Amino acid sequence: MQRRLFDEMTSPDGSARPAYRHISDWLKWSTLDRLRQRSTEAEVLFRRLGITFIVYGDDGGTERLIPFDVIPRVFSADEWKRLSDGSIQRVRALNMFLHDLYHDRNVMRAGIIPEDVILANAQYQPQMQGFTVPGGIYTHIAGIDIVRVSENEFYVLEDNLRSPSGVAYMLENRQVMMRLFPELFSEMRIAPVDHYPDVLLRTLRGVAPGGAQDPTVVLLTPGAYNSAYYEHAFLADEMGIELVEGADLFVADNAVFMRTTEGPRRVDVIYRRIDDDFIDPLAFRHDSSLGVPGLLSVYRSGRVTIANAMGTGVADDKSIYPYVPALVRFYLGEEPLLANVPTYLLREKDDLAYTLEHLDELVVKEVHGSGGYGMLVGPASTAAQIEIFRHKILANPSNYIAQPTLALSTCPTLVEQGIAPRHVDLRPYVLSGEETVVMPGGLTRVALVEGSLVVNSSQGGGTKDTWILEE
Amino acid sequence: MLSRTADQLYWMARYVERAENIARILEVSYRMSLMPEETREGLSIWGSAVQIGGNWDEFDAAYGTVNRQNVIRHLALDSNNTSSIYSCIQVARENARALRGSITTEMFESLNATWIELSGIDEPRLAAQGYQNFFDWVKERSHLFRGVIDSTLLRDESHHFIDLGDAIERADNTARLLDGKYHILLPSVEDVGGVLDYYQWGAVLRAVSAFRSYHRIYRNVITPERVAQLLILRADMPRSLHASFNRITDTLDLLCGTRIYECRRQAGEIHARLHFGRMSDIFKSGLHEFLTDFLKSQGSFAVQMQRDFLMIA
Amino acid sequence: MRIVVRHRTVYNYDHAIRYSTQYLRLTPRNNPSQRVIRWNVEGQGRLSPWTDGFGNLCHTLVCDEIVNQISVSANGIVETTELNGVLPDDGILPIKVFLRPTQLTQIDSEIRDFVVPYVETARSNPLDAAHELSQALTERIVYTEGSSHVHSTASDALKNGRGVCQDMAHVFIACARELGMPARYVSGYLYTGDEATPQVASHAWAAVWIEGLGWVSFDLANKTCGTERHIGLAVGLDYASSAPLRGVREGGSESERMDVQVMVTQA
Repeated sequence: MQRRLFDEMTSPDGSARPAYRHISDWLKWSTLDRLRQRSTEAEVLFRRLGITFIVYGDDGGTERLIPFDVIPRVFSADEWKRLSDGSIQRVRALNMFLHDLYHDRNVMRAGIIPEDVILANAQYQPQMQGFTVPGGIYTHIAGIDIVRVSENEFYVLEDNLRSPSGVAYMLENRQVMMRLFPELFSEMRIAPVDHYPDVLLRTLRGVAPGGAQDPTVVLLTPGAYNSAYYEHAFLADEMGIELVEGADLFVADNAVFMRTTEGPRRVDVIYRRIDDDFIDPLAFRHDSSLGVPGLLSVYRSGRVTIANAMGTGVADDKSIYPYVPALVRFYLGEEPLLANVPTYLLREKDDLAYTLEHLDELVVKEVHGSGGYGMLVGPASTAAQIEIFRHKILANPSNYIAQPTLALSTCPTLVEQGIAPRHVDLRPYVLSGEETVVMPGGLTRVALVEGSLVVNSSQGGGTKDTWILEE
Repeated sequence: MLSRTADQLYWMARYVERAENIARILEVSYRMSLMPEETREGLSIWGSAVQIGGNWDEFDAAYGTVNRQNVIRHLALDSNNTSSIYSCIQVARENARALRGSITTEMFESLNATWIELSGIDEPRLAAQGYQNFFDWVKERSHLFRGVIDSTLLRDESHHFIDLGDAIERADNTARLLDGKYHILLPSVEDVGGVLDYYQWGAVLRAVSAFRSYHRIYRNVITPERVAQLLILRADMPRSLHASFNRITDTLDLLCGTRIYECRRQAGEIHARLHFGRMSDIFKSGLHEFLTDFLKSQGSFAVQMQRDFLMIA
Repeated sequence: MRIVVRHRTVYNYDHAIRYSTQYLRLTPRNNPSQRVIRWNVEGQGRLSPWTDGFGNLCHTLVCDEIVNQISVSANGIVETTELNGVLPDDGILPIKVFLRPTQLTQIDSEIRDFVVPYVETARSNPLDAAHELSQALTERIVYTEGSSHVHSTASDALKNGRGVCQDMAHVFIACARELGMPARYVSGYLYTGDEATPQVASHAWAAVWIEGLGWVSFDLANKTCGTERHIGLAVGLDYASSAPLRGVREGGSESERMDVQVMVTQA
């Protein structure tokens, strides 16, 4: 593991990498005091905007501000082309996979993915079988988590195909940066991201059921107590669409309507931010009060579009992840532009044996876990912690996968001691409708604790603005 | 506009108005209880406050004994009583929080500040601060909120639903206050125009901020008939039933546009009774009967309004 | 055999309800053992037909009037053929989907212990294993009306040793899946021969997939395999995904009184 950490800004010879030249100079003449002052201003701005998220666990939920770092993450146009092409390629293949999975299952017939991996997966949704969604698009909004370990090595850590969050931070981070450092924006050519809501709305309107002239799009939220509620309200507001809860919608005459003061109004597209299980109490969890009774029947009749589609979770599950490069080759006949992290499937005997012997080097994750919970980061754990985890693995090996600990790249970050390198990842957002596009940027998450590799906001991670330099 | 949004606006306004009215009800009882007759009338005075402003069974189960302390606790600070001042402000603020996209920042801040201050008040503090001061503070916050709405909120549908909530709740409370007090004061009515009447009806008038108005209009001794007339039929008296229904029908006209709604018809019917009614007729058939009937028709009108605009009930 | 079905469900509420939605899986499909001659579903409110992911013919019934009562009825004639309870697969879903546990058919240690004696047979001769399992379960679980409710699980029924047709099907399905045999839930009707007394509920049984043979039905409540007296309505992973009626309502009080009358007679 004795590998040099790749720093996004500084080359091994101490010079600034090309994309960062300007930032490097800027940091040289910016005093720490000035940066700290800007950082405080940023925090005030975020508080005023009410950008908080809710952390569960302690007791109940508490509202917190995600720490924001004022030093941006920068990519050159060339670097970005590779990342964006790779993300688009991956999402196109995953959409085709989902379509195939719920129709002819050629991928299983061809032996690319074992049947059991899919059919035993609780995210495989039988109710999606045999019906065609508009445009064949299942995951309209996808977030691809990417990490970098060297100049030319990028890995996809995870695909988020259900309802990826965080895009509001991408937009707000940019707003705040433009306010704090207008000079940088005038000196550098940074690709804008502000039009995301516009592109999203166009994407959603583009997948309306056939025949809808001027489609009505709504955003379905679980409500004000959801941890991402701020983002739901923000996006609805930016797109100028209604932010609805389950009780605002109802089904009649094979269509979905929203209750308005002027009577029922037909809804064509539902951008939903609630999970499959809760979306229709008549089809799934009967105790759900968040969903819309009867929605599945209208959906299957092709009279409303749900974005993302139901049953997309089967394609972003950690058990399917190892097969994604093979899916890219199978559906597109292309070589994947972005690689997977080598992954050990602990339900395989050999992989399990190897993993158990190398627990101190590996990252072990629950197949269905998320948010950085239920995982073991070997190199950062004590012997006792490793032993506890060993028992958990042995109790149910197929519930886990393991990956080498990646030396995530670092990016200069303003911390207590001054400016120091901290590990980062990146989530670009891919929108699929009549065309598939990726926003030039995304959400850079940064692990603020020295040496930490966990970037999740629920576990002490912060965010940075992500800049793509135009040529 | 989403029906839920309209519903939340409507209830936010109703609850703020209700909190103000509970304060007014407590105020009138408090003033009456300071009269020399307290020993004789005290219990019924505080009992009637529960009758008007709360739920008798709930009060009985929670406290058992009617006295000043229990009634004020029940109606002002009890979080288990869904129509205490505490609960009303809490619900109104919850609604406002959910409505942050639809109301002005100033509105949320005003209500939020009220809630924060109110949630820090407990019984000892209330007693130390003085009951009258507390009632004044509640009314003041409510007036402030109304003023903030008036000077910051766009005059669109949102405003209309707030107006409806405000006016419906106010009419409801004025009718209940009048009916409740009229009932309790009946035993002493033989002494019409007497000293007792002056203080007791005077307290009612003060509670609806109509003491001065009464004298400006009538320039005469306080009698139950005139008080009733003032609070029922006078369109220029802001808390009267007539004034409330003027607002309700005007607001409905703005909301309905060219569409025809059953609730508009019902509101018109009630309005006509207030607009063309005569006090002598009302007294002939019984004030209590009139008010009971009014509360019933207004209740069914409110349900119909929710059915027509809010797609519920 | 020609079978006439008259199935009526009435919900009564003390307080009026203002809106209700229901999924009705009340229309039989044609298959080698049954042919629908005539069929008609009616309900109070507006009906929209659709087909679910299992291929079941469904209706969505929406009633948005203020009512105290809702009634639903399904009537028709079905011609059945004796196939000894064996049906080919309809090819809609991969058969292995029916290995998946659900909330109502969750496997616990009791179920795991119960199937131990059949593990060997399940490998060498699954059909025998299914018969043995069915036999053992009919001895273990006594058919008792009113001993369970719609959310009762397989494990509840096995523990209590009592249940109705739905519970018996759930236990059988859970055990079969634990033994590696795909199993599905079937709701439907049964011609009992008694034409005078109406039944108080529709019927349900289970079917297991036997490679080379097909879906074999086991009606544990009647200690029999599928017969020409059985009419299948809907299939699913469990009761929740194939219930003949499933609904939600707004308004009404806690209590709901449901009256069901099923008349199954020979034409």
